[in-house]
Amino acid sequence: MVERIRHMLVKEFLQLFRDRHMLRILILPPLLQILVFGYAVTTNVRNATTVVVDLDRTASSRDLLSRFFSSGHFRLVRETADFREAGELMNRGDAGVILHIAHGFEGALRSNRTGDLQVIVDGTDSNTASIVLSYAARITAEYSGGVRLLRMERHPVPFPGPPSVSIASRAWFNENLESRFTFLPGIIAFIVMLVTVMLTSMAVVREREIGTLEQILVTPITPAEYILGKTLPFALVGFGEILLVATVGVLWFDLPFRGSLLLLFISSGLFLSTALGIGLLISTVSRTQQQALLTMFLYFMPAVLLSGFLFPIANMPPAAQGLTYLNPLRYYLVILRGVFLKGVGVRVLWPQMAALLLLGVATLAVATRRFRKTLA
Amino acid sequence: MTAPGGISVSARDLTRRFGDFVAVNRVTFDVRRGEVFGFLGPNGAGKSTTIRMLCGLLAPTAGEATVAGFDLRTQAESVKTRIGYMSQRFSLYEDLTVEENIDFFGGIYRIPSGRKRERKEWAIRMAGLSDHVRTRVAHLSGGWKQRLALGCAILHEPPILFLDEPTSGTDPISRRSFWDLIYSLSGGGTTVFLTTHHMDEAEYCDRLGLVYRGELVAMGSPRELKDGFPVERAEGIAPTLEDVFVSLVEGMDRAAGPVAEVRG
Ligand SMILES: Nc1ncnc2c1ncn2[C@@H]1O[C@H](COP(=O)(O)OP(=O)(O)O)[C@@H](O)[C@H]1O
Ligand SMILES: [Mg+2]
Repeated sequence: MVERIRHMLVKEFLQLFRDRHMLRILILPPLLQILVFGYAVTTNVRNATTVVVDLDRTASSRDLLSRFFSSGHFRLVRETADFREAGELMNRGDAGVILHIAHGFEGALRSNRTGDLQVIVDGTDSNTASIVLSYAARITAEYSGGVRLLRMERHPVPFPGPPSVSIASRAWFNENLESRFTFLPGIIAFIVMLVTVMLTSMAVVREREIGTLEQILVTPITPAEYILGKTLPFALVGFGEILLVATVGVLWFDLPFRGSLLLLFISSGLFLSTALGIGLLISTVSRTQQQALLTMFLYFMPAVLLSGFLFPIANMPPAAQGLTYLNPLRYYLVILRGVFLKGVGVRVLWPQMAALLLLGVATLAVATRRFRKTLA
Repeated sequence: MTAPGGISVSARDLTRRFGDFVAVNRVTFDVRRGEVFGFLGPNGAGKSTTIRMLCGLLAPTAGEATVAGFDLRTQAESVKTRIGYMSQRFSLYEDLTVEENIDFFGGIYRIPSGRKRERKEWAIRMAGLSDHVRTRVAHLSGGWKQRLALGCAILHEPPILFLDEPTSGTDPISRRSFWDLIYSLSGGGTTVFLTTHHMDEAEYCDRLGLVYRGELVAMGSPRELKDGFPVERAEGIAPTLEDVFVSLVEGMDRAAGPVAEVRG
């Protein structure tokens, strides 16, 4: 048993390392993905392009506006007195935000009335727009607080201001709410899944295509030996990918790693077993390598969308939520974020691990059964 | 190793259907130990299907077969250690070297480590590949590939060898030396079951089964077949195997009538 599997492993690795194209696929896309998600994909908005239309031109209006630009979230691209020009800039996409202060802003503040600031955002990107608006609200609230304090100082009589609640907010596990810390652990899951499912299904289908599968099946090898020999090498490759992406994440992007390495490896093993099972299943329904690749993407797209990576599971309609329970990515993502960011252990993560174990056993069992059937 | 009476392979009413289509129809034959037995028939006759059933790659729909005395249905594992199989398509790993292929199949067959080396050297010498041990198989020519495939199929010294169209796609000289090999194996007691659609090649077999549309239409040595089926020829020359085959097939087609013709 061990001897045969060892020979399968040696053969599989020889073929893998001889296939330059495949090697590139194993190393470049994971690095590219981690770079893209580390640098480019961020939901934090920095340097939103901003046009200022300041018709008041007073110390107060300038003070308020300067707070926007010193926050780092806004970047001044043009100052103009012509509102139409500002609108044109937004049409062309050169500006995402217009800050508009009308005449009489300072005067209103002086006479204890309310000064108006108009914030216009480009709503075509609703996500960025709402984030920008929340920044604007925060900056304005701070400014108003300052104005109110000044008024109290000037009118020492008890000021009938409204009773107020102030927020003391703190984001645990990700103090600066860096979106890349949310994404990077997830990238590990996707890369590992993509690579192992692809390698397994392609390797089995290729053997079927070129006829070596038949040549192996006339030998006394047992299906279990064949399946292990065919999946174990890719499990090892999967672990290699996890190490690669995690190392780059931690060393290059300062991704925290607060949990236990052992836990990461055990959970990854559980996750890999479902991925390999899925790869094997795909190989049983595909005649050619192209078919296998296509089937894999058909599986992969909904798996990513229903994982909770981009869209919160709680927001999904009930039917979709039900489906996510069958999605190994869902559990692995929770584990990865837990291990990297929260530093929690088995005590917290056992339900996810149990779910992965269950899914892994089930997929491998079904895949093995189907695989045996396609042989006879 | 071998069944009583020196029968290596025995098929009784062996049948395989694909849906409604009968690829192999109630085929019955025995192959004696050390014999070179040929299945001769045109493309689509059911030769590969028969061989794949006998190797345990395809389950028969009906009928029985024993290989090396073991029942194909119930003792498939015992059968597999005693057969070598060379499929119709070349099926070694082209991206591995000659040596790596041999090591791989040697390992899968679990050849005892004492004999491994010796068998490997034998296979390399037999295939004439001593100078190409580290050459990738993809770079070998047709004749070499075929001999390497044969070498890998008999590394474990099986008493029964199944060869599916072993000489298709090779040049006459390679074919010649391939037959030398087959004779020397059969001389050493190995039973060889092969398929071919070359009439001239069929002459080299000890015994032949003629197959057509899934049915075994005649069986015997090339001599018996030619003597047993008088074929009219204008010049009075002795009939060839081809003549025998064509006259049998024409008889069958006439009997089957025009309806069956459509199916052909
Ligand atoms: N897996 C299969 N599914 C459906 N039909 C098949 C299959 N394998 C073979 N056949 C059909 O069975 C017939 C016999 O095929 P085969 O045994 O390969 O013929 P031969 O080897 O004599 O050329 C052919 O008509 C072929 O199309
Ligand atoms: Mg054939």
